[in-house]
Amino acid sequence: MSVKVTKLTKIYGLQHAVDGISFEAHKGEVLGFLGPNGAGKTTTMKIITGYLPQNEGLVEVCGFDVGTKPMEARARVGYLPEHNPLYREMYVREYLAFTAGLHQVKNINKQVDEMVERTGLGSHRHKQIGELSKGYRQRVGLAQAMLHDPEVLILDEPTSGLDPNQIVEIRQLIKDLGKEKTVILSTHILGEVEAVCDRAIIINKGKLVADAAIQELKQQFAGQTVVTAEFAESADKNALSKIKNVHAVKSLGKNQWQFFAASGQDIRAEVFAFAVANRLTLLELHKAEHSVEDVFQQLTK
Amino acid sequence: MLPIFKKEINAFFSSLIGYIVIGVFLILMGLLLWVFPEFSILDGAYANLDTLFSISPMVFMFLIPAVTMRTFAEEKQTGTIELLATRPITDWQIVGGKFLACFTLVAFALVPTILYYITVYQLGAPPGNLDSGGILGSYIGLLFLAGSFAAIGVFASSLTNNQIVAFVLATFLCFFTYLAFDYLSRLPIFFGKTDDIVQSIGIAYHYDSVSRGVLDTRDVVYFLSVISLFLAATVLSLGRRRW
Repeated sequence: MSVKVTKLTKIYGLQHAVDGISFEAHKGEVLGFLGPNGAGKTTTMKIITGYLPQNEGLVEVCGFDVGTKPMEARARVGYLPEHNPLYREMYVREYLAFTAGLHQVKNINKQVDEMVERTGLGSHRHKQIGELSKGYRQRVGLAQAMLHDPEVLILDEPTSGLDPNQIVEIRQLIKDLGKEKTVILSTHILGEVEAVCDRAIIINKGKLVADAAIQELKQQFAGQTVVTAEFAESADKNALSKIKNVHAVKSLGKNQWQFFAASGQDIRAEVFAFAVANRLTLLELHKAEHSVEDVFQQLTK
Repeated sequence: MLPIFKKEINAFFSSLIGYIVIGVFLILMGLLLWVFPEFSILDGAYANLDTLFSISPMVFMFLIPAVTMRTFAEEKQTGTIELLATRPITDWQIVGGKFLACFTLVAFALVPTILYYITVYQLGAPPGNLDSGGILGSYIGLLFLAGSFAAIGVFASSLTNNQIVAFVLATFLCFFTYLAFDYLSRLPIFFGKTDDIVQSIGIAYHYDSVSRGVLDTRDVVYFLSVISLFLAATVLSLGRRRW
């Protein structure tokens, strides 16, 4: 596997910024890092790229330990940091050639031209980076990350601050890259993960709360109908859970119950029929829809 | 190391920094050596370049920190240090490349002053009546001094992400290492006992020694140690995020 993170922990002062995270990323896969701001996404990425050291745990890139074999690991990683820092006074081609030089790329001119072409920077190649719009700067950031043809790409919020058209383009580029490389990208936009990633990891307060393929998460995220009911008399939970179409039942307190069903399915009629059949007095019946965002919020609360 | 060196040199000459540093140094030296009556060589009785070598360290004390102040402070400010530090190059290569670029720029500024040497050479009576060996030694001393100041400046820049702080700190450190030990050695507790040892910690002592035209190994070792010491401190300071 291309990236292997084992029990990674990073402590700032007393705060555990990253707390015992383990995961793997494979070749030909786009892995999404999802989580609220300050969850530890950026810190994890900085550790994988070798910018920050971890307090505990192991990070391997293509089999090289980032801590003990930093040069080998770094040579295989392309990194787009958060906020995409660039030398504003340099020209696009000049900057890319400089980056290529640092990575000891063999055929610098050819490689730079290819990257300029691939990221759609063609008409801007002779401009100063400071003159470029945000979208084009982001392309320069991606170009410098991909320049030395790394096996692993670490992209920290690659689409933040772009307009919708640019977002679509950059996402397509990342998707294409993911076919041949290992891509780890962080975001706090749920739609982005759905659009580009094959697998997602959800981090909250430095802890891993979910690690699953997008399809599974989608099912989990697909949302559900929640019906709250209150009876005057006590009822048997087992009997309640046998109501048609009900997935789960939760007690909310004295004679108050919550029923869960698939999204879009109204089970109020079934609950009412149950009350009538069992001679229960129905005091309250209320339906609500759980959205994808709700599930995300629940996971990261 | 080479890509960083090239990038820094390009940055000096694609912005105004390179031209301003060289221009200001030469104008200042030209005025002091040839125009201002108090220092002017033309008004002096001897054909020598002593003024150049006694004033240059003072000018370098301000000029070199201005050259070095952006080296790391700017990278830290804009965040580009993060990209640089995650490339497959060591911190030593980053520091070395930046130091050499700053040193080269300052050395460039010294090249046109060879014209002063040729002028004074012709002005001597008879022409050529000047201490060429001493002048060569002084140039070597000045290059060592510039190297030490550049190393100090790069170090100061690595301590902060504010270029002005880096400049002020570097100027102070240059002044301190250059002159302060000379003055401190005159304190009663050192005077007549260990004053020569205290004096020899400072740059001025060794600069004067090289300027006499005798290239003593002790002085060479001293300058190389000062440069390595401050470059090592820079590497250490860059690694602070790892602590």
